[in-house]
Amino acid sequence: MSNKQKKKLTPVQQQYHSFAKEREPRRPVLANCLRAFLVGGLICILGQGIFDFFRYVLDFSEKAAINPMVVTLIFLAIILTVYGVYDKMAQWAGAGTAVPITGFANAMAAAAIEHRTEGFVLGVGGKMFKLAGAVIVFGVFSAFIVALLKTTLAMLGVI
Amino acid sequence: MNQIISSSFVARTLAVPYLGLYGACSSAMESLAIGALLVDSQAANYVLCGAVSHNSTVEKQYRYPVEYGSQKPATAQYTVTGAGVSVLGSQAAGPRVTAATIGRVIDMGITDPYNMGSAMAPAAVDTITAHFRDLQISPADYDLIATGDLGRVGFDIATDLFKKHNIEMPEKIFTDCGLLIYSEDQPVFAGGSGCGCAATVTYGYILNKLKEGALKKVLIIATGALLSPLSYQQNETIPCIAHAVAIECCQ
Repeated sequence: MSNKQKKKLTPVQQQYHSFAKEREPRRPVLANCLRAFLVGGLICILGQGIFDFFRYVLDFSEKAAINPMVVTLIFLAIILTVYGVYDKMAQWAGAGTAVPITGFANAMAAAAIEHRTEGFVLGVGGKMFKLAGAVIVFGVFSAFIVALLKTTLAMLGVI
Repeated sequence: MNQIISSSFVARTLAVPYLGLYGACSSAMESLAIGALLVDSQAANYVLCGAVSHNSTVEKQYRYPVEYGSQKPATAQYTVTGAGVSVLGSQAAGPRVTAATIGRVIDMGITDPYNMGSAMAPAAVDTITAHFRDLQISPADYDLIATGDLGRVGFDIATDLFKKHNIEMPEKIFTDCGLLIYSEDQPVFAGGSGCGCAATVTYGYILNKLKEGALKKVLIIATGALLSPLSYQQNETIPCIAHAVAIECCQ
């Protein structure tokens, strides 16, 4: 808990905080990192395998092989989401399944399935980006900042 | 579900006078206490009290879409899918409600919705001590004292809080419905939670033990975290409550 939030608490509440904290199981940060590294890496290896398949077996150009590879990964992630496997994998893998493109596919598919009962327009259409929307907003924004920095540095002749 | 719509749907089918009560996971004992009061004051001959929860609807309402891959911490709890209902009457044989203590809202400043046990434990302890103070009895007067859905984390904290306040709570009789409902090998993190947790364990398990005569007098303390999905996103702390009801078997 941040210090700012802590200031709002009464001394009794703060005392209880440390009392409770001692009795809560800690997040296994190191184990989580290792699992995320393993699973995330495996997903990337799978992506590379699919890429090579399109590149060498189906004779795509290097640039053209990227898109069908991404689509295949997204398709697999959605199938796993639909059959209720992806969320169980994610409990074990954490960021390993969340960070690659499969995580993005899962976020959209899960929201779409969840809100299907509320109709196609307000349900599926409106709520599909409930979780994925944040990725797009901050992804585009940070891309803009990076591009701005790069352009400025290029104009100044630094890079 | 939102606006206790599941109960309203049931009431629609039953077409009898209906009071919709909401006390989060404390609803089971909240309704039993009020139902018993209505029967005792002869305002009603028969009262049907119950509580229900569903894992997927709770996930949708309070957390993420069910299939979304998020990693939950070990302090999280698994919402019970289930409903528990009892019929109260002034004449019938069987276990009876002998006392109830309505709890105060306790907020110890916990903000993490994945750590309800820590948030609710002080409320449970407050209500239990109030119950013993009011009735001038001790925990030894009961065969079983069960909290609603504190889970492993909250239950350990509650046990330590009793020690801290020098209240003798025999280990043998003190338990938690959230720990009773699932077996050790089920992947439910810290244990069960939800309105259905205290309701199913009380009405489906403990009440039968009372009927069999294996237990004579029990105290059920249903604990509720009265948060809204919006309130914790706005960094509000979680107000918690606990209601205790004593049930005795009378032959």
